[in-house]
Amino acid sequence: MRLVLDGVRLALAHFDLEVTAELTSRVTGIFGPSGAGKTSLLEVVAGLRTPHAGRITLDDVLFNDVPARRRHIGYVPQENALFPHMSVLGNIRYGAREGSVERVVEVLELGPLLQRGVTALSGGEQKRVALARALVTSPRLLLLDEPLAGLDRPLHARILAFLQRIRDEFRLPMLYVTHDPTELAAMAEETVVLDRGRVVAVGATADVIAR
Amino acid sequence: MTAAEWRIVGFTLEVAALSTLVIAPFALLVAWLLARHRWPGKSLVETLVMLPLVMPPVATGLILLKLLGRRSGIGHLLDRAGIEVIFTWRAVVAAMMVMSFPLLVRGCRVAFEEVNLRLEQVARTLGASDARVFFTISLPLARRGIVGGLVLAFARAIGEFGATIIVAGNIPGRTQTLALAIYDRVQLGHDADAYRLLGVAVVIAFVALWISETLLRGKGR
Repeated sequence: MRLVLDGVRLALAHFDLEVTAELTSRVTGIFGPSGAGKTSLLEVVAGLRTPHAGRITLDDVLFNDVPARRRHIGYVPQENALFPHMSVLGNIRYGAREGSVERVVEVLELGPLLQRGVTALSGGEQKRVALARALVTSPRLLLLDEPLAGLDRPLHARILAFLQRIRDEFRLPMLYVTHDPTELAAMAEETVVLDRGRVVAVGATADVIAR
Repeated sequence: MTAAEWRIVGFTLEVAALSTLVIAPFALLVAWLLARHRWPGKSLVETLVMLPLVMPPVATGLILLKLLGRRSGIGHLLDRAGIEVIFTWRAVVAAMMVMSFPLLVRGCRVAFEEVNLRLEQVARTLGASDARVFFTISLPLARRGIVGGLVLAFARAIGEFGATIIVAGNIPGRTQTLALAIYDRVQLGHDADAYRLLGVAVVIAFVALWISETLLRGKGR
């Protein structure tokens, strides 16, 4: 994967997001304090927000004018945004490519939950459903926004293990947004540090954390 | 209640239901466009749609009369197609449509706005087209508010008076609705008849509002 953000600019409430970066590692961490513009950056990449300036290219294809539904970029927002009127299976099948559901359900151990409604699920279960729903579209890039936020410690470790499994089994490029350095160390090879909308550091995750 | 009075009630319910059914798809579309999209001329359309809500109904009726009369373009076309509108049941439906449209648009718009935008965005990232997002996410999640709006629009149509009397007249057995019949009985000094019809009108309005309120209040669940 080669995601290039070239002078991408987006006006936010208190500052402008301005990013120039070339991301080539399999899992790239987007690190920074809350309100740094991390989620907005994911939204720009997903095609949910239109930048005022700059170019976004993924594997040398210009993405600026490609609508979200044609980008084939999986997006798992922090709050999961599961469709509350559908079952677990209904959610997973929504954008599924043929033959992809079974394996994802197996990897994420969702078999026993398929017929359940999503509103009755625990936080960890909901996160797994949201991950599965994005994975079954066979995306070329997966965007994860604070996937472990709001989970208690034991669950934290369990979902992290699932995320690592996804990373290793599906071999998908990911952008992983977090404000937790231990998550970064566990998941990301490279990290971009954002602060008030600007890139303040880029590099191998271990180096970035050491700084 | 006499057979003739029951016929008036039946006719009123029928035309009000027809009016609500006809405007529903348009109201849904306009409400969705207003709730979820930005486009040039949006505030103009917004104002135009809401206009019948604040204009004197009689004035709206007069505009309809001019628009649908034989000398207007629309009226001429309808006339050539052999469709008579003015002073027929069709005019009753037209008046009801125009008068209840703003209420329905407003109800549906609020219902759409209350749907979590994130759900629609995520659906798009999963490859869904605008139409698919609308029919599989927005519409089902807004359904309670929409049905509440439909019931309210239906109730408003049943109560329609001012525009109807101008554009459809008050012709017994042809265009006379419940509201017009009550007015008629009062004018003739037949108070007992008027009160009987009034009772029916109150019951219908009460039931409709109760259903609408229950649906709207239960929306969060």
